[in-house]
Amino acid sequence: MSLKTAAAGGNVKHHKEPLFHLVKRTDIATWKKWLIRIVTVAAALLLSGIVCAVLTDGSNFIGFYEQLFRGAFGSTWRIQVLFQSWAILMCISLAVTPAFKMRFWNIGAEGQTLIAALASVTVIMYLGGKVPNAVLILVMLAASILAGAVWGAIPAIFKAQWGTNETLFTLMMNYVATQLVLFSVNAWAKDGSGTLGVLNYGSFDGLFGLEYIQNVVFVTVLTVIVFIYLKFSKHGYELEVVGESVNTAKYIGINVKKVIIRTMIFSGVMCGFAGFLLVGGSPTPTVNGTLVGGRGFTAILVSWLSKFSPVAMVFVTLLVVFLERGSSQAANSMRLGDTAAFEDIVVGLFFLLIIACEFFINYKVKFRKKEGK
Amino acid sequence: MFLTFLRNAIRFSTIFLFGSTGETITEKSGHLNLGTPGIMCLGALGGCVGSRIYLNSIGSDPALINGFSAVMTGVIFAMIFAGLGGLLYGFLTITLRCNQNVTGLAITTFGAGATNFFITYVDRTGFNYLAAKYTAPISPASDWFSSIFLSHGVLVYSAIVLALIVAFVMKKTRTGLNLTAIGENPATADAAGINVTGYKYVSCVLGGAVSGLGGLFYIMDYLYGSWEYSIDAMGWLAVALVIFSVWKPNWGILGSILFGALYILPTYAGVNFSIQELVKMVPYAVTIIVLVITSIVNRRESQPPAALGLSYFREER
Repeated sequence: MSLKTAAAGGNVKHHKEPLFHLVKRTDIATWKKWLIRIVTVAAALLLSGIVCAVLTDGSNFIGFYEQLFRGAFGSTWRIQVLFQSWAILMCISLAVTPAFKMRFWNIGAEGQTLIAALASVTVIMYLGGKVPNAVLILVMLAASILAGAVWGAIPAIFKAQWGTNETLFTLMMNYVATQLVLFSVNAWAKDGSGTLGVLNYGSFDGLFGLEYIQNVVFVTVLTVIVFIYLKFSKHGYELEVVGESVNTAKYIGINVKKVIIRTMIFSGVMCGFAGFLLVGGSPTPTVNGTLVGGRGFTAILVSWLSKFSPVAMVFVTLLVVFLERGSSQAANSMRLGDTAAFEDIVVGLFFLLIIACEFFINYKVKFRKKEGK
Repeated sequence: MFLTFLRNAIRFSTIFLFGSTGETITEKSGHLNLGTPGIMCLGALGGCVGSRIYLNSIGSDPALINGFSAVMTGVIFAMIFAGLGGLLYGFLTITLRCNQNVTGLAITTFGAGATNFFITYVDRTGFNYLAAKYTAPISPASDWFSSIFLSHGVLVYSAIVLALIVAFVMKKTRTGLNLTAIGENPATADAAGINVTGYKYVSCVLGGAVSGLGGLFYIMDYLYGSWEYSIDAMGWLAVALVIFSVWKPNWGILGSILFGALYILPTYAGVNFSIQELVKMVPYAVTIIVLVITSIVNRRESQPPAALGLSYFREER
């Protein structure tokens, strides 16, 4: 019977209720939230273990977890590397956070960091050995911060002025930065190898007597600054309002354009600082096209998963670098093939699952009641 | 010299054209899939797996290779693998309503990692015989015209035909207009009785599958069956090409040839390595310029889909 005749006959056939529907949750107990997240992390680890076991014909299921911990915490040197990686990823994650809170999708952190690293290296190339080391490092810092800020400000100005899509703009800026680095490196490399060796100047590794971990100290300080900026400053309040509703922001007299540009400059400055740490904070300062190595993209995921909270970010970042370092060790020791690619698989699985689990925190699935009430 | 340059530009453009046609299909439904580079990698992996299965089925005897079935197996497997990537993206962003940018980036990480890792497990001996079937010209090069336009493998023409078909479907059919309506305003489309979820799923899976063909072309035609880690930069260029062609796959054909020409120009320009790197920057810079110009001019026809990047939840007002 067609719907029309049914309606005419006054006997409307009811559309079948779908099997389930979704309801947005307004509140969920904190312990439930964390239970879901912890279960998800465990599931991601279990899946990676299974992948590893399958690849090694089932012999290495437990071995995977052993190698995971060994790779991250196995020796003093590995712990140092772990915290080095933590510092850089954390710095970039902090950098992208204010802009995201403003709903400005800056996926150009990779390029902003890389161009800053290039600025640092440029300073070393032209001033290295000619001025005292302290002066050199200060000039590097200034150049990096300036470069990062400029790279962040360009898309922001266009976004504020004409509404240019910032996601795609910042994405393209990454590759402009990469090509600039490759151009410079090829121009500097006199031997025609196309790579720049380790530079003799510009490293401040070992500052304050802290070998390898002075970056951790700097980034910890930065974490506190960003926390205060977002939570207690007027700027932090304004960018949150802009993120929630541009119209509300306009109504209460916030200069939206100014906030967008200012926040992106702040993001760029922090990316610039990360680039500075990547060059000067390393015992072997150099630059190449893959120096940032995708951390600009990973940072976006970290910032998102931390719900833009710098405190949560400390732990999420630690978890991610733990997975990276650990899985790369696992792939290495079991001769699984491409180490970096295996790292990507484990981290990618972790991200996909944890992104999916947010659904169960935000929505409730309600199943259809049984027929015949 | 110029002849080979133009010929290779058209050949290389296929990677971008498949990628951007697929991405356009997905973006039209309001889903910005930043997982495209990863999905193109998955397409390459699928093509490899399919080719291995095909070679095994004929006992790896090069004399027994049938051009049509060899290429079709590659195409089908590439589309399945990449389509699964698109399905994963679709499930996360449509049903689970996860943030599109974050999901896309995670898929790029995972897809590129999985491909680079598992591709070493695929035995690629004998792939050069298969690659010959992909690159076999439809007409032998006798004069300049046939050398530039008729001497390519079958996938090059498939990409162009596919882009034209997609452009036609988008513009002239009810299906295409429904899809556009969803990308502009899903709530209105829903109220008009269009199956929003269904359309979105089909566009994500189909878009992924088509993008994956770019990966297949890259590995089986362009690299003659070998593999090198560099497709992700091309994947991002494919995303850029969508903007460059203002969401019109038919314009994408010309755009992809331009991108292809710019991408290979450095090796023909006879300049030193550092200048070559500078020339490689041009496609990205040109995309930025197009992005800026379209936003300043602000014509309605050249704007991104209005709901691009936003999840749709019917019960939310």
